[in-house]
This record gives sequence, structure tokens and C-alpha cells, in this order.
Amino acid sequence: MAREQIGQHLSTAPLPPPDPTRPGPLEGLRVIELAGECAAFCGRLLADYGAEVILVEPPGGAPQRYHGPFVDGVADPERSLWFWHYHANKAGVVLDLDAADGRDRFRDLVASADIVLESEAPGRLAGLGLDDADLRPGHPGLIWCSVTPFGRDNPRAHEPATDLTVLAGGGPVWSCGYDDHAIPPVRGGGNQGFQTASVHAAIGVLVAVLHRELTGAGQLVDTSMHAAANVTTEFASYGWLVAEETVQRQTCRHASARPTQTTVATSADGRYQPTGVPPRSAKEFRILIDWIDDLGWRDEIPGVALLELAEERGGVSMADLAGNPLVAEIFGAGRDALGAIASRLTAYEFFHQGQQRGMALPVIYAPEEVMEDPHFRARGFAVTLDHEDLGRPVTYPGAPWAMDVSPWRLRRHAPRLGEDQGLLDPDLR
Amino acid sequence: MRYIPSAMGALSHIRICDFTGQLAGAGATRTLAAFGAQVIKIEDPVTEGRWDILRGMEPFIDDRRGGEFGGGFQNHNVEKLGITLNLRTERGRELLTEIVRISDVVAENFAAGVLAHLGFPYERLREIRDDVIYVSNCGFGHRGPYSSFKTWGPIVQACCGLTYTSGLPDLPPAGWGYSYMDHHGGNFMALAILTALVHRARTGEGQWVDMSCTDAGATMLGPVVLDYTVNGTVTRRPGYPYSSRSDSPAMAPHNIYPARGDDHWFAISCRHDDDWRALVEIFAGADDGQWARDERYTTLAGRLTHQDELDAQLATWCRARDKFAMQEQMLAAGVPAVAVQLPEERIDHDPGTAAWDLWPWVEHRAMGRVRVDGLPVHLSETDWRIERAAPLLGQDNDEVYGDILGLTTAEIGDLRAEGVI
Repeated sequence: MAREQIGQHLSTAPLPPPDPTRPGPLEGLRVIELAGECAAFCGRLLADYGAEVILVEPPGGAPQRYHGPFVDGVADPERSLWFWHYHANKAGVVLDLDAADGRDRFRDLVASADIVLESEAPGRLAGLGLDDADLRPGHPGLIWCSVTPFGRDNPRAHEPATDLTVLAGGGPVWSCGYDDHAIPPVRGGGNQGFQTASVHAAIGVLVAVLHRELTGAGQLVDTSMHAAANVTTEFASYGWLVAEETVQRQTCRHASARPTQTTVATSADGRYQPTGVPPRSAKEFRILIDWIDDLGWRDEIPGVALLELAEERGGVSMADLAGNPLVAEIFGAGRDALGAIASRLTAYEFFHQGQQRGMALPVIYAPEEVMEDPHFRARGFAVTLDHEDLGRPVTYPGAPWAMDVSPWRLRRHAPRLGEDQGLLDPDLR
Repeated sequence: MRYIPSAMGALSHIRICDFTGQLAGAGATRTLAAFGAQVIKIEDPVTEGRWDILRGMEPFIDDRRGGEFGGGFQNHNVEKLGITLNLRTERGRELLTEIVRISDVVAENFAAGVLAHLGFPYERLREIRDDVIYVSNCGFGHRGPYSSFKTWGPIVQACCGLTYTSGLPDLPPAGWGYSYMDHHGGNFMALAILTALVHRARTGEGQWVDMSCTDAGATMLGPVVLDYTVNGTVTRRPGYPYSSRSDSPAMAPHNIYPARGDDHWFAISCRHDDDWRALVEIFAGADDGQWARDERYTTLAGRLTHQDELDAQLATWCRARDKFAMQEQMLAAGVPAVAVQLPEERIDHDPGTAAWDLWPWVEHRAMGRVRVDGLPVHLSETDWRIERAAPLLGQDNDEVYGDILGLTTAEIGDLRAEGVI
């Protein structure tokens, strides 16, 4: 299929902003979330798509209010940007579950809810008489979602865990790191162990919601962070399951049972720049030659004659790479030409120019650079929210998936401690 | 089996017309199929389904090669029905129209514009079925200045910040050693389908969900993004990242250390001073661990200030010891500290994954008996079921064209003869 023909179906126009009069898809669902770090992202996803999420914190506030970074670097329970991010779009109440009155109010709150979301240590809620087994029988439509390190009923259920240990024991860490195996493997950034579990918990909750739409019946959604990490490692897992192969980590590319080549350059602005897969088809060689000519660099980049020879030959076959010295030379010329272009352009220029010519190339963005990129701007990804507490608006990351009819929306900032205590008043429920 | 797969499945009333492939798309419909949705996976008979390069790609179960032996394809397409359909033919487009008419969802992760070019843009799908849910998923979405750009997992991860934020100081990005965002591309796509189904169940409205996988990835680094938008802090700075450490929340020691043996590693998370006191008992219980009593390490602030020195001492201590012996000792003391597990260790020797029934067996018609990834949620009433292997090319043509669309055996024979299926 010709690229031009497909292109006519695409729109480069910005996305229309979400219609504020349209409800999110989950509007009308009430979620009671016990504050914790493992399930926070799940609650945020449900809230972003319209659910009413009420965050329950202990007296004095959830410990996550002390997770940095902080506004202006000042550690304060109302200034945690961790808390702001994960609990935006949620209401907040304070309840002391260790006191009888607090437990009664929690039961009342649960009675008003469709979904409970919690990541308490296994056994804690049962000890308080507030577990799924205590509360769901009186409320058969209730969906109870639990996110724990190993699941509620597991021989390892009572082991302590953090994001690091989930990712180390669960597989991802083994695959991440550097070619030099004297350097330790790496945990990727951003608490992805918690977030991965939260994404799966949200899937489980929504499957349960659809079941309830038909039958009225709720159920328990038991989520294991360890299992979530284990099935989020691509062929590290199924390479073993299928072929008993063990992948080995490599710098900034897939861990592999057999080493793969690295093609990387340092861009003109000093960035680490992968240069993608060298050309193989005649068309790909032509694209590369045109790029070099359009830059006016034919005389500066060696091997253009080899690229033209490759085009005349109808491209090269990877199968001939080992046996045919000319093919190896041509393939190397393509790789070197890409490296030479990459080293003479900024990382963004290389990515953007190459992609516009149809080449699958990356740019390695720092998170702040993502927020300034033209694609993200055109899709309205950066969303601002008024912060009367700060006296100025704050920009947040936007929608993971764009729904035109029932849109993602950022409606409110994270609750100040006890900000929505009125929700506990029976008359307001 | 500890967990009982649901006989019916919560989504057994949902039919999905499925054009997804690789992992970023196929992973979505896999999950929904495991919860009971009838997923009709449509492949091109002319290319023998090779648009999905995983069909013929390693890992392989034995020496056999070809489109029915790709281990990844098998893993990502369990519980689906597989049919062939040649959309270059008029009859093929008519049959797709019939399939769309009886489908709740049309899911695809082609390059943007491909399905429209085949004659089925959203407007056309909606003519066929007004309440259809159409979920498209590609690297940069169908709208926006990069809609024509080409991606796969590592490019998505690079463009959304996930590659840069994984690594150690003064080294290139380590990135993710696999297509992390292909997994979450599939997971977020499943969520997009599910939220749209909930909306339709309540309002009767369908819609188009224009998913950009890069956007989805960019939602996964929230706190550092806010540190930039609120405080102006940039992560492109010397010393950043050191992602095995933890500054949100602040913990120390918190790192990955060498253990005894070749390429064995051990992770320790010291959450608070209680964890530290327990660790001191363990370290200083041995002759080579007296450094742990250093008073500079008593408080979190001290451990953070002297983290490089502390990490070096810990590395020396751990290097002399077996990772699973350390794990047992530290977990018993209540400290989160575990071996960095190899695939074999976590798949074949870990009671945590075994008790979860995490690696179900399926019987594939070409490959034979093989294990696949399970799901990390168990539902008490409508749990997932993974019993059926990925379909061979066109394996379910008779069932779908015959039992579901109502064609006769002779008509199906004609479709085969004419190259329509």
C-alpha cells in the first residue's frame, strides 16, 4: 500500500478539546479507595474517566503525602507532587479505621459505593472486620478490588515488598541494564511495578463492572503485583516457556538470548541517538540517498556510491550478510550513513526528518521534553488545572487514550487532608 | 488448579472484530478473550498473516520454522478464533461488513490510515453499525502531526520518557530491555475497549477511541512531570537518572547489589529506620559487616548523604553471599529484599507464581503443548480462562463463516477457491 494513499486518510489537525458537557464513561460509579501507593494509579484511571473516587486517609494523612517531589522543594503534606499526581480527580475524607466510629462510617461509605479499591497488607482489614468477606455479603453488587504484592491467598502473601523488590523478583530487572554485565541490572524509573499492577487491577474492575451491568452481581478482584510483573516481560517469559532460553540484558535495547548489534550515534546536541535498522530494500536505500542529497552532504558522507549500487541491485538480503562481502559492505555503508547523519543533526532533527521520510526512528526524550513536543501539544496532552492553593494553574499529563464521546477529563486537584469530610454526612451521601 | 476458570466469562456477550497484531494490539484482545469475549481475529490469506511478524518469529519450540511456529504469536493470541479474509476482493469487503454488523467492537493496531484505506474508516463502520466501538491504537494516534510516523515498542518508550528515566548516572539510558509499552499498549487498549463498553451499556452510544501508544506511555511518569511543570526541575541534568535508587519516596539503602556467582544480583529496599535496624543486625552479625554500625547510617538523612559509600559496603557484603540465602534471612527479618530472579527461577521455582496458576498450558495444533502467560488478576465469580491455543491461519473459517455468518459449506468452499478467505 502506498504511503501517500494511506496518508490521505490521516489528519494532522489538533484534536478537538473534550466537550465538558459530556460525561465520562464511568460517571455514576462510586469508588472508595483506601489510600496506598500500589493501587493509586488504578483509582486515578477510574477517576479520570468519570468515576467518583473517594480517597480514605488515616488521621494525619496518608504516608504518601510525604513522598517527594514537593512544590518548591518544601516537604509538606499538602505539597507532595506524588500525591497531587496520583490523587487528582479524587475526593478525600479522613477515617480512623482503628476506632469503632471510624469503622462504622467506613461501612456506611462502602454501603453507598459500587467499588472498593484497597492495597492493605493481607489480613489487616479482616482483623478490623472490614474485609471483602465482611462487607460484600450485605452488598451483593459490590466490586472489591485488592492490590497486594502476591495476591490475597498466596504462600508469599505476607512478604514485605516495594516497587524495587516486585520488579527484581518478578522479572523486569533481569532484562534491563547494560551490555557490560559487571554493571548491575537496573530497575526502570517511575514505580512501574505498582503502576503495572494498577493497570491490571483497572482491567479486572471494569470486567467486573460489565458483569454487574448484566447480572447485578459484584465480586472480588484479586490483583498480584508479582504476577503482573511476571507477565510484563515480553519474551523474557515466553522465551523460557517456549524454548527454555534465557535472555541477557543489553544497553538500551531488547534483552536477548543471542546478542544483537547496537547502532547508535551521539547527536549534534550531545544526545544518545539510536539510528534504527539500516536500509535493506531498494526503496529504503533511495530514501536514505535522497535524505543525504537534500541535506547537501553527499561529499561529506562516505559510501553513497555503495548505497546507489544497493538500490540498483534491488536492495540487499539479510540472508546474504554473512556470506557475501559486498552485501556486508553495503549494509555497513547504510548503517554508517545513518550514523553520520545522526551525528550532524540534533536528536530531534534526526528523528523528525527521518520519520517524515518514512524511517522508524526514535528520539529519546526526557519527561519534560515530552510535554513541549508538537505531537503532544497538538493532541492537547498537557492539561492545566486551577490551583487556588497555589495561586496559579498547574499543568498535568493528559489522557492515555482519547475518547471523543465520553472523554477523559481533569476535574479537580488532589484533595487536601479531609477536604471532603462532608461526604461522610448521611444527608450528603 | 486453585482458581476456577469461569465457564461463561463476564464478556461472553461481547464480540470483537479483531485486526490487532504483535503485542501492543493482540495483547488487548487476548485479555478480553480470556474473560470470555468472542474475538474473531482476521488475517490476510495472501500474506499468510505475516503482517504480524511474530507469526514466524522466535522463540521456537523445536527446529520447525514457519508461520505456525512463532512462540510470541502463540502467546499473544490464545482464546481467539482465527479466520482469513482478503479485503482486496469485493466479496471480502462484503463479508467484513457482515462481521462488523454483528460485532460490538472493531479493534486494530495497523499504521494509522490503513483500515480506512481498506475501505473501513470509522464513518463507514458506523454506517454499518451505529453503536459500534472502534478502537484504533498506533504509535502516535490517527490525529496529530506525527500520525504517519512509524513506531514499535522501543520507539514509543523513547518518545514518551520511559527510556530516558531508566538507567544509571554517567551511562547511556538503559531503557527497558523489552517492549514495556507493547504490554501497556495492549493493556491500555483493553481499558479503552472496556470503558467504551461500559459507556455503551449505559447510554447505547458507540464511539471511536483514537489511542496513541506514546500518549499512554507519557502518563506513566507523573510525579517527575509535575516536578517540571510546577518547579521547573528538569531531569536532563548530571547524575540523573539513578532509577534503581528511590527518591520518591526517599529510601536508602535502595539498590541492586552483586550476589555470589556469575551475574547474580540482589535487591534491597530499606523503607525506614526499623528496616535499617533489622538490616544492621544481619550485616553486623557477620565479621565483614561491622561497618553497618556506623552512626552516620542511623538516620535516613545520614544514609542518603552517604549513600555511595553505603552502597559500596553493601555490594562487598552481598557479593560474598548467595542471593536466595540473603532473601530468606532478610524477609524473615521483615525487610523487603529479594533475589533478582532469572526467568527460570521465577517461572519454574517460585511458589508465588505457581500458586497463582500463572503459566497455563495450552495445546497448539502445530506446536503441541506449550505454556503461556496467565493474567495477574483473579476474579472470584467470572475468572479468566486460558485453555485454547492461538489459532492456526484460518483455523476457524468454517465455524465463523458457517456457524456465525450462516454460510453453507459449498459457499465457504467457493470463498476458498476464489481466494477470498
